Amino acid sequence: MEPDDEIYANGEPDSSNNRNRPIISGEQLDIEAYAGLYTGRTKITRLLFIADQCGQNNNTAMQMEALRMAYEEIKKGENTQLFRDVVHKIDGRLGDKYGMDSAWCEAVDRRAVQKKEKLENELNAYRTNLIKESIRMGYNDFGDYHYTHGSLADAFKSYVRTRDYCTTSKHVIHMCMSAILVSIETGQFTHVTSYISKAEQTVDALDPNTVSKLHCAAGLAHLDSKKYKLAARKFLEVAPELGNSYNEVIAPQDVATYGGLCALASFDRMELKNKVIDSINFRNFLELVPEVRELIHDFYSSHYASCLEYLGNLKANLMLDIHLHDHVQTLYDQIRNKALIQYTHPFVSVDLHVMANAFKTTVAGLEKELEALITDNQIQARIDSHNKILYARHADQRNATFQRVLQTGNEFDRDVRAMLLRANLIKVEYKASRKL
Amino acid sequence: MYTVESLVAQIQGLSSSAGDLSLLLTHLKQADEFLHNESTRLFPFLEQLDPTLHSLGYLYILEASTSGPVTNEQARRLVLLISRFLTSCVADQIRLAPEKFIAVCKSFKDQVLMLEAPIRGVVPLLEAVKKLRSSEHLTTLHPDFLQICLLAKCYKTGFSILEDDIFEVDQPRDFYLYCYYGGMICIGQKRFQKALELLHNVVTAPMSSINAIAVEAFKKYVLVSLIYNGQIYAGGFEVLFGFHSLTRLFLPFEQLYIELANTYSIGKISELETYIQTNREKFDSDNNLGLVKQVVSSMYKRNIQRLTQTYLTLSLQDIANTVQLSSPKEAEMHVLQMIQDGEIYATINQRDGMVRFLEDPEQYKTCEMIEHIDSSIQRIMTLSKKLTAMDELISCDPLYLAKVGRERQRFDFDDFDSVPQKFNI
Repeated sequence: MEPDDEIYANGEPDSSNNRNRPIISGEQLDIEAYAGLYTGRTKITRLLFIADQCGQNNNTAMQMEALRMAYEEIKKGENTQLFRDVVHKIDGRLGDKYGMDSAWCEAVDRRAVQKKEKLENELNAYRTNLIKESIRMGYNDFGDYHYTHGSLADAFKSYVRTRDYCTTSKHVIHMCMSAILVSIETGQFTHVTSYISKAEQTVDALDPNTVSKLHCAAGLAHLDSKKYKLAARKFLEVAPELGNSYNEVIAPQDVATYGGLCALASFDRMELKNKVIDSINFRNFLELVPEVRELIHDFYSSHYASCLEYLGNLKANLMLDIHLHDHVQTLYDQIRNKALIQYTHPFVSVDLHVMANAFKTTVAGLEKELEALITDNQIQARIDSHNKILYARHADQRNATFQRVLQTGNEFDRDVRAMLLRANLIKVEYKASRKL
Repeated sequence: MYTVESLVAQIQGLSSSAGDLSLLLTHLKQADEFLHNESTRLFPFLEQLDPTLHSLGYLYILEASTSGPVTNEQARRLVLLISRFLTSCVADQIRLAPEKFIAVCKSFKDQVLMLEAPIRGVVPLLEAVKKLRSSEHLTTLHPDFLQICLLAKCYKTGFSILEDDIFEVDQPRDFYLYCYYGGMICIGQKRFQKALELLHNVVTAPMSSINAIAVEAFKKYVLVSLIYNGQIYAGGFEVLFGFHSLTRLFLPFEQLYIELANTYSIGKISELETYIQTNREKFDSDNNLGLVKQVVSSMYKRNIQRLTQTYLTLSLQDIANTVQLSSPKEAEMHVLQMIQDGEIYATINQRDGMVRFLEDPEQYKTCEMIEHIDSSIQRIMTLSKKLTAMDELISCDPLYLAKVGRERQRFDFDDFDSVPQKFNI
């Protein structure tokens, strides 16, 4: 830990935070370990994303660390464009060792051109011979070639082109998986969804692992379109056998975090218990991220303070996640609102002081939050602001029914009259037009 | 060849029984042109006739004598004459020649306006409307009467006529004007619900192209819905007609008002006020500034009303803060006013500066309430019957059947109502 941080932590009067430190990964993200979870292109993009985020927060040390690892990772591949970007971003701040390596770039580019020529020749030969399987392979190789060199749009096109030459359902699956991979990288989640459904149609060639991968991708797509409930369901369906086999997109830890948070934000208590806490499948994932497991259990057993504390500590790291960062705030708000609703639900009256304590907030702040929820009709209660007590309000069904009856009657009355009038107007207009 | 004298004699002789009247009517129709030619020297003869006994003949001569241009001086005399005639004439007789009667009323209206004394026209025109109308039928006089009421600021008199149901319409234009003026009168009487209903009729009326009345009505409609509902009212018919298509129809004209509604929906008084300030001139040139100001004050009310849903007790200071009023004193005045108007149920504890919000005390247990509900049910049942009758009538209407038979491919009965814009026959 940096000295700056140390002082800051000591200066922070929040002692409970310090007490819980040992079991919570509240400290900075260990980039090395994080990057180790992933392979391929996503590793690089994730590292670059972290660097960008840290750059915005002026966390130079972490930014440099991320950039350094990205540099090393790119050097292993053949993507010179990305390499130039990273070097530009590093801007000589990591010493000569991480400077521009033009020789390497040229060598790689030269090899790339050669390879492209070779692939083109091969493909042309296949095409003249009209051997379906070979043409498919040719396009597939082209896709791989574009993918490794970073032109994702071309890669996507090439992969999709193999579709016409697929002869077995295995090939279809392969095509879909490649397309999904590229689309996730480019963030075009509409493509992802369509290729998932395409893949799911070819039932005979689906092995359990592929199904899990598809679930992951579907979860990501739903997450991207803010359908948290559907996203949670998809992530919860992922089988633990997935392991590290889909590292080029998602790590099992991510499945646990994404699934857990989405479930917490969107499920009711029943569903949370049945599908998350009691699920043997998902338990395996949760074991990988004990913080998420703990906070789900805390939430379920109504230890909101510690649950919210876990969440608070996780937040910084989640903000560095390439898929989740946009949704962290929404998810957190939803979870907090749910906690507030659940807290008030069983009581006829709640002392706001006690409640504020449980949620580690001030009475005034709590009042505002409750007010918003009541206005949204999410909590049926009213606040006694004088005595700082929240009273549950039980809707009077009888009165409400009477009110509604009268209102509906009035509306019907008005609407029918308007309708008759309108019909007459149309009639008049029509008759007039006939006379003309 | 006629002479005026012989006509007068005929009128005097043929005004007693129904058979005589129809004979007189044919005579008068034939003499109509002659009367018009003689229009300048007809006045003295009017005095030989009794407006009650000889309503029909009186009407013809009166119409002829008012058909030409009138000077200020003549108008003064005519107004007196016509108002006496309108109040004392017999409904049965004038209904034999409604178009003449309407012409007389129109020129009467013009003369009253020329003399800049609209208030003199209110009572005679009310009588005229009462005499001419049959039940549920909109006469051409309705909008004129309402216009006079508006100009004379006699909202109450005007309102009395708005309470009758109107179902049958001859002229769409009359109907638009009736609803528009009626809406304005209801606004003057602060009967916003009725106003909304009338304006809504204009705004959603089936029309092949937008007309100026509808555009003006739409402006007022938006403002009144904000005052009354806090949003552009979306219920009932909008489901059928698609309110969005409606707003889209008016959008190019009324961006200003739709923006106002959007600003209102944010619920911040300061933003609303800045928006109104920047567009003050435009509202003023539309003559809607007064209504816009009412929109602002309705926002305070609405915000306070919202508080009653969330709080049992709240200090006046807090109310002032949340609703963005300058002082607790002002908040107290607002709350007090609202309690008085029956818009909220609350008690103010001045010692602590606390307001205690109560539930609606209506328990729906009283006899009056039961009676009220019963009368509503009765009313709705009559309406339903009328609807069925209308349906039968239309399905037997040869015009309609011919149309449906011919254009079945284009119009299904089901979308007959739902696509009014396409209804350009």
